[in-house]
Amino acid sequence: MTMIHKNEGLRAWLLSEDFTSPRQARAHKAYVSWLRFSSNPLAFGGLLVVLLLVLAAVFAPWVATHDPLAQDFALALKPPSAEHWFGTDELGRDVYSRLVYGARTTLYIAILVTVIVGPIGFVIGAAAGYLGGWVDTVLMRVTDIFLAFPSLVLALAFSAALGAGIENAVIAIALTIWPPVARLVRAETLTFRKADFVVAAELQGASTPRILFRYIVPLCAPSVIVRLTLNMASIILTAAGLGFLGLGAQPPMPEWGAMAAQGRQYLLDAWWLTAVPGLAILLVSLAFNLLGDGLRDILDPKHV
Amino acid sequence: MVERMIEVTGLNIRFGQGSKANHVVRGVDLSIARGECFGLVGESGCGKSTILGAIAGRVKEWQGGIRIGGEAVAPERRKLSQLRQQQIVFQDPYGSLHPRHTVGRILSEPLEIHGIDNRDTRIDQVLDQVGLPRRFRFRYPHQLSGGQRQRVAIARALVLDPQILLLDEPTSALDVSIQAEILNLLKDLREERGLTYLLVSHDMAVVTHLCDRIAVMQKGRFVEVTSRDAMIRGELEHPYTRLLRDGSLGYRPVKAAE
Amino acid sequence: MSDAQPLLSVRNLTVAFPSLQHMLPAVRNVSFDLGREKVGIIGESGSGKSTTGRAIMRLHPAKTRITADLMAFQGRDLLTLSEREMRSIRGHRIAMILQDPKYSLNPVMTVGEQIAETAILHERLSRREARLRAMEMLEKVHIRDPERVMGLYPHEVSGGMGQRIMISMMLIAKPALIIADEPTSALDVSVRQQVLTILDELVSGNDMGLLFISHDLNLVRSFCDRVLIMYAGRVVEELRADELDKAQHPYTQGLLEALPSLTEPRDRLAVLRRDPAWAEG
Repeated sequence: MTMIHKNEGLRAWLLSEDFTSPRQARAHKAYVSWLRFSSNPLAFGGLLVVLLLVLAAVFAPWVATHDPLAQDFALALKPPSAEHWFGTDELGRDVYSRLVYGARTTLYIAILVTVIVGPIGFVIGAAAGYLGGWVDTVLMRVTDIFLAFPSLVLALAFSAALGAGIENAVIAIALTIWPPVARLVRAETLTFRKADFVVAAELQGASTPRILFRYIVPLCAPSVIVRLTLNMASIILTAAGLGFLGLGAQPPMPEWGAMAAQGRQYLLDAWWLTAVPGLAILLVSLAFNLLGDGLRDILDPKHV
Repeated sequence: MVERMIEVTGLNIRFGQGSKANHVVRGVDLSIARGECFGLVGESGCGKSTILGAIAGRVKEWQGGIRIGGEAVAPERRKLSQLRQQQIVFQDPYGSLHPRHTVGRILSEPLEIHGIDNRDTRIDQVLDQVGLPRRFRFRYPHQLSGGQRQRVAIARALVLDPQILLLDEPTSALDVSIQAEILNLLKDLREERGLTYLLVSHDMAVVTHLCDRIAVMQKGRFVEVTSRDAMIRGELEHPYTRLLRDGSLGYRPVKAAE
Repeated sequence: MSDAQPLLSVRNLTVAFPSLQHMLPAVRNVSFDLGREKVGIIGESGSGKSTTGRAIMRLHPAKTRITADLMAFQGRDLLTLSEREMRSIRGHRIAMILQDPKYSLNPVMTVGEQIAETAILHERLSRREARLRAMEMLEKVHIRDPERVMGLYPHEVSGGMGQRIMISMMLIAKPALIIADEPTSALDVSVRQQVLTILDELVSGNDMGLLFISHDLNLVRSFCDRVLIMYAGRVVEELRADELDKAQHPYTQGLLEALPSLTEPRDRLAVLRRDPAWAEG
């Protein structure tokens, strides 16, 4: 009985709009956002898939059934069976286990790129938008130079220059993803720069860094977060492209894009080699997209 | 004690360059005494908000002289201590508060910038003065009504203890009943704290209600400066002033002319 | 004043938005008649005044629940008309003026083209005749330089001129009823008087009915013949404009006392104490 009462009390406390402490205000905001988010089935589904991906990556040794690197030519190109859930590839390696370990690679690349691109895009975009003048011109011309190249070509060029390997692939991809983010931040900054609450802060004597980080960045954050989640698909695909050309993740390391690309030679006989990783890429990209949409709904200031 | 709180001489403000420049304020002089409420009335584009902007420090390019509290201020930059003397209350209660900051944060920002202690006490005090419950500190702007937001905006203007409040159409976006509350609040605050007000508005009734002296502007110039009593009695000199006064009384058919 | 049969008859109009189920309907049991006269609807934000105006024109999205015992225009029940039939009424028999002419005028056509189009549509004139008609209309709304204005695009004209252009289009269409939603709120004082004068001439000269929706009490009481006061979706009082001082309902009285007055200055303005009973019964 007491438990039920306690829960009702907690829920009421979380939902009440009459705050009595900063902790309650924050808890309320988080709880209400969660309720809104979870009432959107597609976004919730996206979140689940992403969580599944993370869990698979973290617990790969337990989730996988075989050693992803173990080769056995006798078992090459076997279709899906009870023993090998997604069949085997041309070197006899278990596709399912490679998929699970490949999740690690995919997640590693996606998260690292995002973590690099976010701050860079923010700093460049916010500085250009707020300071204007020659700072804006110089930064935007640099951005334009990066944007002039198709992203895959640019990533290839950087990757080739930096050398093979996963970390270099991350840097190369990051260098192609930051320009649109910077542009987005700049556009948002331009709209907010003239807002009364920014002017009020300026007239109180707030310094430029203060205004950028405490006033403008929190307002740009929602669009940028959404943009970054929507970008996941292109990050994964660009990594795949690099993998196919021998840059990026090096064999025998499993990586979904490389797996899909390699399976193309065997498409007619062993469709599972391409279909399975391809489907995984599709599902995860879709999941990130839906997650991004759901996040936009709760983060958009207009909806708050 | 400085008697002339705000002194403006020969203020000229132009936007844009060369032949296409818009001469928004043309040689304006004004002088506001300590504790006075001075009103600037005019139609859109007359330059009244621009003058307020120049005094506030928001408009950074002007020619002429501006002295606030006896001290001359420069167009480009102002010292932190100079900024403290006057604060603005903006027109739009929905746009003047940061949507992601709580009320408490909005009020503590200016205190942090100026390195003032006892922040919690001062915030509580200023919330009391504008008639908001202290627990509103934890609320976000979207949880407040228009009138409540405007009170927060006034509280923010007061928290640095300025001597001058620059009011830029503070009640134009509010309903009639809420406007009455805010006007009463502004009147009370001025009396309690001995503040000096510069009120910009297009609403003659509001300006007459609150102000001691009223300047009427048209196309960047002062057309007439009159007193509250004269405005009430209708003893006005300039036909444009009379036009504005009549206009605020309601509909009056005009002869066919464009 | 009113004819034998009023132009517009509304009984117990209720407008509810389904997405806001937990809130009261925006308009509740609103009833009034409108003849060939100027009737003002006064209210603060959230009073339902604009929603009422739009409901009469059936401009709300399909999911909106609009119910009434009666909503008749010139004897025809507006609620039962099909969308096609409503389209023939909107702009032709009932016209609407909104606050910002930029939203009502087509931004990619010049002013002259738009007025001419109205003339062709309603009077079946040739292109040349329509153009002459358009100039004639612009002169009627006291635009001094009609030739030049004809060639302008909506974003190039001032607010006051935009409203006059809207009115001139209505002169051609000759609606029986005009619904004006804050038509002069965005205009300066001097321009406001001109636009209202033209509107006044239009309405009285053509025996039209005008529903004037506004928050500006002083304006409505001096411009209109009768006034309806709305609060929380309901009509709380209905008076003749010149008898507003004798208002009975505490909300109306409160509004009047809350207004700063140029002619009767007060030290403090009376603060409206909202009685929850006003929102009911």
